[in-house]
Parts: sequence; C-alpha cells; structure tokens
Amino acid sequence: MAPDAVKILIAGGFGVGKTTMVGSVSEIAPLRTEEPLTVAGLDVDDLLGIEQKRATTVALDFGRITISDDLVLYLFGTPGQQRFWFMWNDLAIGALGAVVLIDVRRPESSFAAIDFFERRRIPFVVAVNGFHGRHPYPAAEIRESLALPTHVPVLLCDARERASCRDVLVALIDRLIADVEFQPSPTS
Amino acid sequence: MSGGDEAGRLVRPFTLTGGRTRPSRADFTLITTVTAVDPPPERAVRPQPEHTRILRLCARPVAVAELAAHLDLPVSVVVIMLCDLLEAGLITARPPRSFAGTPDLDLLQKVRDGLGRI
Repeated sequence: MAPDAVKILIAGGFGVGKTTMVGSVSEIAPLRTEEPLTVAGLDVDDLLGIEQKRATTVALDFGRITISDDLVLYLFGTPGQQRFWFMWNDLAIGALGAVVLIDVRRPESSFAAIDFFERRRIPFVVAVNGFHGRHPYPAAEIRESLALPTHVPVLLCDARERASCRDVLVALIDRLIADVEFQPSPTS
Repeated sequence: MSGGDEAGRLVRPFTLTGGRTRPSRADFTLITTVTAVDPPPERAVRPQPEHTRILRLCARPVAVAELAAHLDLPVSVVVIMLCDLLEAGLITARPPRSFAGTPDLDLLQKVRDGLGRI
C-alpha cells in the first residue's frame, strides 16, 4: 500500500535560505526538478532582460520526511523569483500550510510571499533566518514591523540547524491544530 | 539537469512524449504516489526505454516529484509518460490526501509526533 503524502511549502524571497531549510530537515539530500518555462510565460515576462534568453527553466527544490509507514511529508521550496509565481498556485493546492522565511537584512524580499498566503487563506508561520545564526531583532519587533496578526507565529531560526527548522515546522502544525480546534463560527 | 546547451535540454524531453506537451489526464500532482503493478498485466504493450526506467524507479511507491528528480526530466514530461503507463495498466496512482476545508486532527497530530522524532 502506498503511503499518504502531504506537503508543506517553504517560501520567501530569493536567497533567503529556503533550500538550506529543506536540506536541514529532509531525510534525503534535497532533490531538484526543473521545468521549462512555457512560451506564454516568456511573452509576458519583461523582467531582467530575460527575453534575450531563448529558453529558461524554473527550479523546484524539495525534501522528504517519513512520518510513519503510511505517511510521508514533502517540503517544497518555492521558486524565489517573483516572475515564477505562476507555479505557486499549483504548488499551493493541497498544501497543509507554509513557512515564510525572512532575511532580516532585506525583509521586503519576503513580503510578496506573506501577501500570497494571506490572500489565499493558507495558514503560515514566519521564520526569521538569522545571518550566521544571529538575531539582532526580537520576534515581537519583527511581527510589528511586518504588521502580522497575532495568530501568525513568528519564530527566530537558523535554517542550517535541523532542530531549529523542526521547531518551525512544529509551530506551523501547532497553529494548524489550533485552527481546527477553534473553528470560528460561520458568522465571525 | 546538468550540462548540455539550453536549447537541447528543452527539445529533448518532449521527444520522449512523442511531441505531446499536455497530459491526457489531470490527476497527477507533484506528490501523487505511483507504484508499478507487479506482475505487469499480460496484455500490456512492451514499454519504451524511458517507460521502463520509470517502472524500475517506482517498483516501490514514489512521488511524482521524486521520479522527475531521479529521471532528471521536467515533471510535465514525466506526467505525460505516467499517463501512458496508467492507461496501460502498468502503474497505480494514489492521489495526495485531500483536505476539503480543513485537515483532520488525527493527521496533524501524527505529523507533529513524527516531526518530534527527527
């Protein structure tokens, strides 16, 4: 019997540490698939002189955690470049939730990811990836500067550390459990 | 995918699908689990080399995304070939858990417990 499969997305700006986080908790070295971009995708893309390239691909890195004999969790690092966002909708379908990674030196690179999950009502946690594990700002300050509602957990993490990444994933699951246990009434 | 010029990398994969760029069915997701039917049905047509590679890789259950990574082929190409194999009765496909509304508590608790062990 094939196991059940569930997925969590690891999102955030380009170079924020998504693949590092996937690799830290995955039981296998992160795998990569590459999709050729469609011609339609190229036509609407006017960024960064990409029209000079005849073809391009968008890469997706992912890892796996075997939860039990009959349940496997996949972690997908979302493509960081905004122009590849059309892939996100597909990726987001059926996801348990998401981790939005933030680099405190350039938090604005992850704003779009926060907006994406808020708009689609996909539960997420924000994980601040400290540069070399250092965290100059407390989580509360970051929450305030990002104008995040109180039900979105904000954690300080080190994407290179397995335990730290696991704690972020556990925080996401705890939030999902809380969501199920405290279902808002239809009128709220 | 590594090496090769950009154009070559793009052209080649879709020759494996006879030029088709769209799957014949839409039920394969990145985490759909596929498993080779063992033994294969007697009436099955002899699979092409790439199909045989897929069948070898999914002798045990494997997700579509993993297959694509191991085959070094785009997911879109692998899905088209998986449709062929499914229609030939050579593989079974298990869709991911669907969450109509909210995921169930038992599943979440199971994931949480599993994460606690890593």
